[in-house]
Amino acid sequence: MSSLSCKHTEEPVLIIEPGRTEKNYWADLWRYRELFVVLAWRDISVRYKQTIIGILWAIIRPFLTMVVFTVIFGRIAKLPSDGNTPYALLVFAAMLPWSLFSNALSESSSSLISNANLIGKVYFPRFIIPAATLVTAFIDFLISFIMLIGMMFYYQFAPAPQVLLLPIFIILALMASLGPGLWITALNVKYRDFRYIIPFVVQFGLYVSPVGFSSKVVPEQWRLLYNLNPMVGVIDGFRWCILGGKSPIYLPGFLLSLTITAFFLWLGVSQFRKMEKTFADLI
Amino acid sequence: MSDIVIKAENLGKKYTIGHQVEKGNYTALRDVLMQNARTLWNKTKDLATGKPIIQGDILEEVWALKEVNFEIRRGEAVGIIGRNGAGKSTLLKILSRITEPSAGRVTIKGRVASLLEVGTGFHPELSGRENIYLNGTILGMTRAEIKKKFDEIVAFAEVEKYLDTPVKRYSSGMYVRLAFAVAAHLEPEILVVDEVLAVGDFQFQKKCLGKMGDISSKEGRTIIFVSHNMGAISEICNTVLMIENGQISFSGKTESVIQQYLNIKERKPFNEKSDLGDYCSRRGTGACRFSSIKVMNTDGEETFSFKKHATVEFYFEVIVYRDIENLLFFMHFESSVFPKGVAKTGIACTPYITVPDAPFVKNQRIRFKVIFKDFDLNPGEYPTFYWLGESIHSPSIDAVDKILPNLVVESEGITGLTSFITLKSELVMNMPDIIV
Repeated sequence: MSSLSCKHTEEPVLIIEPGRTEKNYWADLWRYRELFVVLAWRDISVRYKQTIIGILWAIIRPFLTMVVFTVIFGRIAKLPSDGNTPYALLVFAAMLPWSLFSNALSESSSSLISNANLIGKVYFPRFIIPAATLVTAFIDFLISFIMLIGMMFYYQFAPAPQVLLLPIFIILALMASLGPGLWITALNVKYRDFRYIIPFVVQFGLYVSPVGFSSKVVPEQWRLLYNLNPMVGVIDGFRWCILGGKSPIYLPGFLLSLTITAFFLWLGVSQFRKMEKTFADLI
Repeated sequence: MSDIVIKAENLGKKYTIGHQVEKGNYTALRDVLMQNARTLWNKTKDLATGKPIIQGDILEEVWALKEVNFEIRRGEAVGIIGRNGAGKSTLLKILSRITEPSAGRVTIKGRVASLLEVGTGFHPELSGRENIYLNGTILGMTRAEIKKKFDEIVAFAEVEKYLDTPVKRYSSGMYVRLAFAVAAHLEPEILVVDEVLAVGDFQFQKKCLGKMGDISSKEGRTIIFVSHNMGAISEICNTVLMIENGQISFSGKTESVIQQYLNIKERKPFNEKSDLGDYCSRRGTGACRFSSIKVMNTDGEETFSFKKHATVEFYFEVIVYRDIENLLFFMHFESSVFPKGVAKTGIACTPYITVPDAPFVKNQRIRFKVIFKDFDLNPGEYPTFYWLGESIHSPSIDAVDKILPNLVVESEGITGLTSFITLKSELVMNMPDIIV
C-alpha cells in the first residue's frame, strides 16, 4: 500500500456514528476485492483437505444422485424424456444447476457463523463472506461440468448452439442462491434456528424442482404456478442450452422465475445491509 | 486542528443483557412447563419484532462506554488501561468499525488497521506461507505489499523451516510468532492494538515491543495500544487514557496515569450484602458470608499490585448467620492466555483449608488471614475467587468472585498461567480487628 506517499494528497476521513449508512458501500466493496479473492481461495483449498479422493467428491455426489434419479424416474416411474434425449443426460443437465444452487445456498447461508471469529475481530464489508462462498460452489460446478462433457461424448449427443448462452443461466443460478443465502445468513446470526431449515429446504427442493424429470411432465395449466420456484426457470434454461430445442423454455414461466430471483436478491441484499452493523454484537 | 487524527465525541455503547431470576428450591413440573411456554412465546414475539434473543428473565441495559471524549494527534502512541470489563475492548471495537456505537461519533483521518487478536483468520489446515497471505489480506494488506515483505515477515517470525507445514502442526510459540510477524509489518496510518502481547515467550515479546515502538517513533504512525502490562505501556506510549466503568477517568502523561492506576484502592464497597443473588458474583447457601476481604503487602498497605515472590496477605471477616459445624476455606486465582486464539486458562489455588475453632454459632464474626509467603505467580492480572463450604462435597456456603479488583503481578511481560498449580499458603486465626 502506498499509504505513506499518498498521505498528504488524499486522506480518507471516516465518521463513525450510530445508524450512519455507508455512502460508498459498493465502492468500499471494490476496495476489498483482494479479501474476496483470498477468502474464496481459502475455502477452496481447505475444502478437500485430508480427504483421500479430494476433489472427486464434486463429481461423485451429483453422479450418484443422477444414477438414482435415472433409475427411479426414468426406469421405474417411466416418466417421458424430452424427445429422444437419453434420460441420464436429461437428469444430469438439471443436476448441474441444482447442485450449484444448493451448494451455494447452503454454504452462503452458514457462512457468517462459520467466520464468526473474523467478524468479531476485523472490519471489512461483511457482504464479502457470503459472496465468496459462491466461488467455491462454482468451482465444484466446473468440475462436475467436465463430467457432463464426458457423458455427452458417451451418448454421442452434440450440444445445441445456444450452449453459448449457458453463462447467463449459471449467473442466474448463483443469483437465485445468493438472495435467500444473504437473508438467511444474516438471520442465522440472530436466530440459529435457520441453520436447521436450510438442509431441509435443499432436500425438499431437489424433489419439487424438475431435476429428476422434465418440467413438461407438469400439466400445462400449472406451469406458470410451478415457475414460482425460481430454480424451475434456471433448470429449464440449462436443459435448453445443453440439450437443445427438444427442451424449449416456457417463456412466461421463465420471466416469472426471473422476477422471483430478482425479488429475493433485492430482499437479501437489503435485509443483509440492515442487519450487517449488529453482526459483531450478536454473533 | 488538522493534526488531530482521531476525535471521539460523547461516544457511548449500550448492550442489553439478561438476568436469570432466582428460582425457589422446589420446582414443580407444572411450573417448568409454564415457564417454557412463556419463554417460547416471548421468543416468538422477539422474532416477529426482529429483536435478538437474550437469555434470561429480566433484561437490563448496560452502558459499556458512556460519554467518552478524547483527541489523538498524528504520530502519538496512546495507551489505554483499565481493569477487565472497563470498556477498553469495546472502545477499540468501535474505533476499528467492528461494532457501531450507540451514541456519539468518532472522526478518523487515515486508514486504520486493527489488531485485536493475533492470527485473526489463521486457518489450521493451511501452511505457514498460505496463512501469511490470508492473514495479511484480512488485516488489510494488499497482495503486492505482502509479497514485498514476505521474506522480512518470515525472518521476523523465525519459521523459515516450517513455511510449508500446516499451522496446526506448529507449536503455540511458532504460531504466535508467525501471527505477530504479519501484524508487525502492517503499514496503516493508525494502528489499533489490543492486548495481544500477552502471548509468546519473553524474548519475542521484547522484539514485538521494539517493533511497535519503531512504528510510532520512527515512522510517525499513530498507535492505540491496550494492555495490562504497565511495562509495555510505559515503553511504547507517550500518553495514556485510563478507562473506568466505561468512562475516561484519567488521561495524560504515561507515568502519572500509570501511577494513578496502580494506586487505586478498592473503590467498590464490599460487604456481606453486596451483589447478593447476582449469579456471577456471589452464590451459596448463605449460612455465613464474607463481610470483608482486604489484600495487603508486608508493610500493611492495602494494594492489589505485587511483585513476583512477594508476601501477600489476605484478611477475611466472615459473619455467621446460621450455626455451622465445620468450615472449609479455599481461594484461587485465574488467568487466561490466548495462544492460537483459544483461551487457555490456568488456575492457581490454595488447598481446602479447615478454618479452626469450629463449630461457629449464629452472629459470630470470624476473622482470619491467609498468607502467601512466596507469591509464585507469573506476571499478569488475576481475578480472584473465594469460597466457603461445610465440606468438599456439600454445596457452597458463600462463593464470591470478581468482586474485588484483579490482583496484578507486576513485571515486564505477561505470561499468565496455563496450568493448574497449588500455592503454598498458611491460615492464621483470630486476627485483630484491622478491618474497617
